[in-house]
Amino acid sequence: MRINCPLCGERDLVEFHYEGSSKLMARPKDENDMDAFHDYLHIRSNPAGLNNELWSHEYGCRAWLLICRDTNTHKILSIDLARDVKTKGSLD
Amino acid sequence: MAFSALKILKEGFTGNRGWSPHWRDPVLKKEYDIIIIGAGGHGLATAYYLARNHGITNIAVLEKGWIGSGNIGRNTTIIRSNYMLPGNQPFYELSMKLWEGLEQDFNYNAMVSQRGILNLSHSDAQHDAYARRGNAMHLTKSGAVLLDKSGVQKMCPFLDFDNARFPVKGGIWQPRGGSVRHDAVAWGYARGADSRGVDLIQNCEVTGFQIKNGVCFGVETSRGPIKAKKVGMCVAGSSGVLAGKAGMRLPIESHVLQAFVTEGLKPIIPGVITFGAGHFYVSQSDKGGLVFGGDIDGYNSYAQRGNLPVVEDVVEGGMAIMPMIGRARLLRSWGGIMDMSMDGSPFIDKTHIEGLFFNGGWCYGGFKATPASGYCYAHLLATEKPHPVSERMRLDRFKFGGQFDEKGVGAQPNLH
Repeated sequence: MRINCPLCGERDLVEFHYEGSSKLMARPKDENDMDAFHDYLHIRSNPAGLNNELWSHEYGCRAWLLICRDTNTHKILSIDLARDVKTKGSLD
Repeated sequence: MAFSALKILKEGFTGNRGWSPHWRDPVLKKEYDIIIIGAGGHGLATAYYLARNHGITNIAVLEKGWIGSGNIGRNTTIIRSNYMLPGNQPFYELSMKLWEGLEQDFNYNAMVSQRGILNLSHSDAQHDAYARRGNAMHLTKSGAVLLDKSGVQKMCPFLDFDNARFPVKGGIWQPRGGSVRHDAVAWGYARGADSRGVDLIQNCEVTGFQIKNGVCFGVETSRGPIKAKKVGMCVAGSSGVLAGKAGMRLPIESHVLQAFVTEGLKPIIPGVITFGAGHFYVSQSDKGGLVFGGDIDGYNSYAQRGNLPVVEDVVEGGMAIMPMIGRARLLRSWGGIMDMSMDGSPFIDKTHIEGLFFNGGWCYGGFKATPASGYCYAHLLATEKPHPVSERMRLDRFKFGGQFDEKGVGAQPNLH
């Protein structure tokens, strides 16, 4: 698997760190909403197919990337800078 | 058909014509008391213990592929009970006790080989942590021996003791750890369950659940609907996909774990050896191949194949403790899908849907748990109460702070 960083170009997987589901970008607004935080921290839809996920180009430009990837084939369908993506509710 | 030395001798002299199939190919019924989804190690063990311990035999085990075609057929075969936390250690010790009597119990040669497991320590702090772990293991009478450098040297003279970055300071040795012939575990449980009347249904994929008013009363399959009073999910890496068909989302991510085996070599590795400063573990199969593995790849995957960075990382771990491994040629490598839970610990629990039960979240440690997982899941399915050693393995534990995180790394599956 190679990842085409929007800032650095195509790089080897070893430069990237996988953080998890893109729902981690949608932190619950209400700090006291236990159920929402439980869902945010622990519950995943874990699809066999397209998955929206957060990667960091840790040994490169250190940018956060929002990647849509097929978990059945590892094929990457889209890569965006996370800062460019407006988060509206859960992205999971 | 019972196996015995006498029977093997007799068959040897008479052309091996007296063996019969190990299990039936039963006709699928319309209704069962209990349906278990997944004829892997855990599912088959569950069926076996339901029949053996609880006298329930009107059971179907549904398998979308063939028996033992999942992770029971592609793991690194290690057994051990060297955990620390109260939620884990009594459970894994039960598993170890069941391994020790397993072959006599189900009359099948699973080649349980207790050659011991050695976890290496590479710093004084790690050695102290192993002393603590060993004391936790003594609480369940699991047996643990803290070895200093000379103790390890006696056992494994080939290790790189004076490695510049990771010198070997000592280790913790569990003599009862070892390895088991993984496929034979599936076959032994399958045969034992089948002979007690359990129907093992292969090539039957569950495509949905029959749920009404919060009660599950059957499943939809590729071979038509089947009714059941209780349904138990037991599908490891595919847990998320299967639970999704019941409208559930789980505290689980599916990740790929790679494993490797070299060409056959003369006996060199005494038991199981693990690297303490990275993630690498190795044992030697009866055929002589070095069987080893390390970290999961670290991203969600159902692809059953991994990528090169982790291959590199695993063999670097191997080279750090035993440079001679660099001379061995790799025969094959493979990937399996792990149901990685958020705290690295498993689930054996009811779901919020009545009559629907869940067993999963075994991460990359499900093989050693096979007997106890089946034992405790059978207890739960039969009595609807958790077995005392698995009562902390609750599906809702993250809601009330009941997680037990052996590594203490938090809700991040790729760190476990």
